[in-house]
Amino acid sequence: MTLTAPAPSAPARRAPRPAPARRFLRAVSPYSYLAPFFTLFAAFGLFPLIYTAYISFYRVELQTSGDKAWRGWGNYVAIFEDPFFWTALRNTFTLGALSTIPQLMLALGLAHLLNYRLRGRTFFRTVMLLPYATSVAAATLVFAQLFGHDFGLVNYVLSLFGISPVDWQTGTWTSQTAVSCIVIWRWTGYNALIFLAGMQSIPGDLYEAAEVDGASRWRQFFHVTLPGLRPTIVFAVIMSTIGATQLFGEPLLFEGSASGGISHQYQTLGLYMYEQGWSFFHLGRAAAIAWVMFLLILLLVGLNTLLARRRTAKETAR
Amino acid sequence: MHAGRLTYVFLILATLVSMFPLYYTLVAASRSNADIARVPPVLWPGPNLLHNFQQALHQADIGKALLNSLIVSTSITVGTVLCSTLAGFAFAKLRFRGRNALLSFTVATMMIPPQLGVIPLFMIIAKLQWANQLQAVILPSLVSAFGVFFMRQYIAQSLPDELIEAARVDGASTSRIFWTIVVPVARPAMAVLGLLTFMTAWNDFFWPIIALSSQEPTVQVALRQLGGGYVHDQSVIMAGTLLGTLPVLVVFGLLGRQIVGGIMHGAVKG
Repeated sequence: MTLTAPAPSAPARRAPRPAPARRFLRAVSPYSYLAPFFTLFAAFGLFPLIYTAYISFYRVELQTSGDKAWRGWGNYVAIFEDPFFWTALRNTFTLGALSTIPQLMLALGLAHLLNYRLRGRTFFRTVMLLPYATSVAAATLVFAQLFGHDFGLVNYVLSLFGISPVDWQTGTWTSQTAVSCIVIWRWTGYNALIFLAGMQSIPGDLYEAAEVDGASRWRQFFHVTLPGLRPTIVFAVIMSTIGATQLFGEPLLFEGSASGGISHQYQTLGLYMYEQGWSFFHLGRAAAIAWVMFLLILLLVGLNTLLARRRTAKETAR
Repeated sequence: MHAGRLTYVFLILATLVSMFPLYYTLVAASRSNADIARVPPVLWPGPNLLHNFQQALHQADIGKALLNSLIVSTSITVGTVLCSTLAGFAFAKLRFRGRNALLSFTVATMMIPPQLGVIPLFMIIAKLQWANQLQAVILPSLVSAFGVFFMRQYIAQSLPDELIEAARVDGASTSRIFWTIVVPVARPAMAVLGLLTFMTAWNDFFWPIIALSSQEPTVQVALRQLGGGYVHDQSVIMAGTLLGTLPVLVVFGLLGRQIVGGIMHGAVKG
């Protein structure tokens, strides 16, 4: 239509051809919007990341962090020869499994319930997120109290069922269970909301079709909800795995020392790194641990993605 | 699908589990130590709340810690939202070389654990003689790849290109476009990002306990002192915990719906 009747103001509204200086400014200006973020990112994100690798080959002590002495693979050898490293590695896996698996299963169930047409929907969703708003420090201090040996509420409730007091701090499995409870409590609601968001993007006619075919609610959950939720589940699994690998505040505050219990029974890699760096002053060794953790995360994320891809490939092949 | 009675039973159960530890904090914070050690345990608040608050303020200087936390969290929130909106706008609406590469790079860094950079960060802080100063906690936390991504998604979706074209034709500069068009449109997303950032900053534990000491603590650092000391006065510890948690709970009570919406929104796009 503009072909036959051009708007009268069109020629006047055309932007004037910018002068070279202005054109240059226009080409550069996008970068000035990125500059604040990327400057900070370079200084406090990227540089430390790379420098950690460099530091891990040097002897650096906390008090004299300016002096460095070349150590080659020495820091890595020292870690691998330390039995507590292997304890921490094993604990990171067992604590990760103990906290991540129940957490995600519970979150899935909760999300399913929240997805029904509910009265007080906003209330339920908000309350589920309350633990997430609580800090690691606050949550851990309360749970340490609840899991106390003599006067803890958990042991009292158990005693009502005739179970004798459990030592939630010195046993390996008991203390790991207690620490996992803190993680599960804090993160289940958060993950439930993420699953819920995923569920709500599954088209409703899929359920209607399933219902027409006579599928029970249970079958609908397994054959419509779960497949539709796969990308969200993969995302949540990856994020929780990363979170579990870095577990730090809970084991540090559960009884208050960096060793993660008397026999290091719940010391994680994150805590082990902190202990080496800030209790024993070996920053170089701590840097080496950081890199081992990073490689571990890469491995786990890669494994997760691979598994997810293979399952999707199988699904589409059917 | 409508919810059956059983659905409500389970949800109410989950609600109780979610709230109980917080409620118990209040119970223990308002009691004496002797009360906490009683069998069967007491499950309702007592009269000692103010006394225990005073003790906590006295023992770990929680008052100063609260003020420090407020300064730190507010600065981080303002800075992060501003940096993220600027970068998000550039990624969503401006054309420049290396745009896609830079964006993918930014998103990829969300996977990297903060622990990995902590040692050099500590050395930088030591060199600048910033240890025990609040900027040591503020500056590194202004970097939020998630924030940039979040703002980019929102601006790309809710701001039509035509609007920007029209403003350009009228001779508006990019910075004018940013302040008069982008910021007003992006305000809801900025608010949500601000809330999430504030909560995360307030609750941050790992970096503050490395960068700060008991002389200049944030609330989380002060809580560690209360919990890690040799004198274990449980009711005072719980009073401190409650003081440190209250501000976030208040924010949550007022704006919980927006926070829930923000997390669900970010998740779908993530």
